[in-house]
Amino acid sequence: MAVIESIHLTKIYDEGPVKVRAVNDVSLKIEEGEFAAIVGPSGSGKTTLLNIIGGLDHPTSGKVLINGNDISELSENQLIDFRLHNIGFIFQAYNLIPVLTARENVSFVMLLQKRPKAEREKRTEELLKEVGLLDRINNRPSELSGGQQQRVAVARALASRPKFVLADEPTANLDSKSTANLLDIMARLNHEENMTFIFSTHDSRVIERARRVITLEDGHIVSDVQQTPHT
Amino acid sequence: MLSLIAWKNIWRNKVRSLIVMTSIVLGIWAGTFIMSFSWGMTSQYVNLAIKQEISHIQIHQPDYKKDKNIKFVIPEAESLLSEIKKVKEVKAVSARTLVNGMASSATTGIGVNIEGVDPVSENTVTGMKENVIEGDYFETIKHNPLIIGQKLANKLKVKVRNKVVLTFQDESGNITAGAFRVAGIYKTRNSTFDELNVFTQKEDLNRLLGVHDGDAHEIAVLLNNNNDLPVVMKKLTAKFPKLKVESWEEIAPDLKFVIGSFEQTMYLFITIILLALAFGIVNIMLMAVLERVRELGMLMAIGMSKPRIFFMIMLETFYLSLISGPLGLALAYGTIHYFGIHGIDLSAFSQGLSSYGMDSTVRTSLPAGLYAEILLMVFVASILAAIYPSIKAIKLRPVEAIRKI
Repeated sequence: MAVIESIHLTKIYDEGPVKVRAVNDVSLKIEEGEFAAIVGPSGSGKTTLLNIIGGLDHPTSGKVLINGNDISELSENQLIDFRLHNIGFIFQAYNLIPVLTARENVSFVMLLQKRPKAEREKRTEELLKEVGLLDRINNRPSELSGGQQQRVAVARALASRPKFVLADEPTANLDSKSTANLLDIMARLNHEENMTFIFSTHDSRVIERARRVITLEDGHIVSDVQQTPHT
Repeated sequence: MLSLIAWKNIWRNKVRSLIVMTSIVLGIWAGTFIMSFSWGMTSQYVNLAIKQEISHIQIHQPDYKKDKNIKFVIPEAESLLSEIKKVKEVKAVSARTLVNGMASSATTGIGVNIEGVDPVSENTVTGMKENVIEGDYFETIKHNPLIIGQKLANKLKVKVRNKVVLTFQDESGNITAGAFRVAGIYKTRNSTFDELNVFTQKEDLNRLLGVHDGDAHEIAVLLNNNNDLPVVMKKLTAKFPKLKVESWEEIAPDLKFVIGSFEQTMYLFITIILLALAFGIVNIMLMAVLERVRELGMLMAIGMSKPRIFFMIMLETFYLSLISGPLGLALAYGTIHYFGIHGIDLSAFSQGLSSYGMDSTVRTSLPAGLYAEILLMVFVASILAAIYPSIKAIKLRPVEAIRKI
């Protein structure tokens, strides 16, 4: 069974006399352990598609099935709970909680899940070690570089043991070295933990590392290809 | 963790948090201090009236309350005093003979209340001896001595040792008069009282009235503590079922009204202050929410429920008042304590204040329970003020708040 399945997904933004069809009849399946990139020019519908898959936005029509469950029918409060237990998010602008340390940021999601303290502490340290930030565990975001903040964001996304991770242009604000470093970490986690990653990006460095590239144009899927990633 | 985040969030913008906390501290300090000023003034006024004029409890012959005819005496009142003194909450007790009459000097005559008292026991109740500013308190003149107020002395144009004639009706209804000599001139903080009341020895007055020596019209009872009033009232009512035992609240309902209106004014006043503070808090917290829209959106995106977000914003506001509320009250307590000891000098208005029976030095005070009430009101106001910003926060749609994941 596919981890994510979208069926004839359409999203229309009704802005006065103009109706914008951001996502237009998109059907796709993402299997467990995929490392997929959704690419396309600005305005092609990448972010809208990711928002709907992530349960942040409702489709105008069509369905999103996560592990066979239709999330389009969930209420806003149910969706919040669903996201907490099923989806890891990585944002373009990192979006860490500025008043918390790296440790607290990673641990926070597990706290929302009401995980025991010992488990939270163990997993937080494991994840920060994975992303190479164990020595910065007590630093606040303002004391970390952009690349380091995004690595904390990756650790946070994985902390809840999600079924998949959605990353919206995760390298947009990073330099080449940080981008390469971040992609190495995510590729390793994908390989070692079989974690499913879906990116929206138009960064060629990310596209090169993806094993599947889905191209959107004007809300349509215009190509969906498997490829051998560059290492 | 939620409480930790809320705590850290209020220090995210230190200047803004300090400004709002300072405004809460100053608002509470100013409000509480003004309340303590009014409370001090009111309680001084009431205590003075109790001490000098009405005492905590008065006992009369029931008919005397309806018709102040001098024949309605408490028989053998003197013998009741020792029984009343046995009540442990009673501090002092005095029997008085009362009659309305005319005080005349060589130049003029003025209507007065004449009180026949036992100098020793009356002094234990009213402390009148301390108020004597000229002459003495029933010490040198043995025959028909008279203590009069300074204002009355000025109006009658008499000095110590001058003669004053008191004219009144005796028990038989005949007009009688007695020549008295001014033994002392007193001055209380109530100039109206000074003008209207003269004191003589009870035995002298009773003789002129034709009333038995041990009889009296009124027994005044002073308690150690006003809080004991209900208990003592119960005891004395049971002890003297044929007499009318009244508390100062019944004797002077105007005083009770003064306290009642003070309490209403006080709550109105503190409500206005808290309302102003609440709007300040709403404004600050709204700013705090609006500048964190993206972050709040992110929190909802990663799975923080709306009730938790609501609670977090409420907690942030509560922390602000938790710090500043007690601080404001502590500052107020210090100021109230200082001016409670040293007093606030209003001698520039002493003439006006004394005509209302008020002291020209106001000692600030506030019952301990009111501090707790104010603190509670501050917490309630801050929680109410946090509701709107918190609702605003949970109404955010994560997809719009963060624009894109």
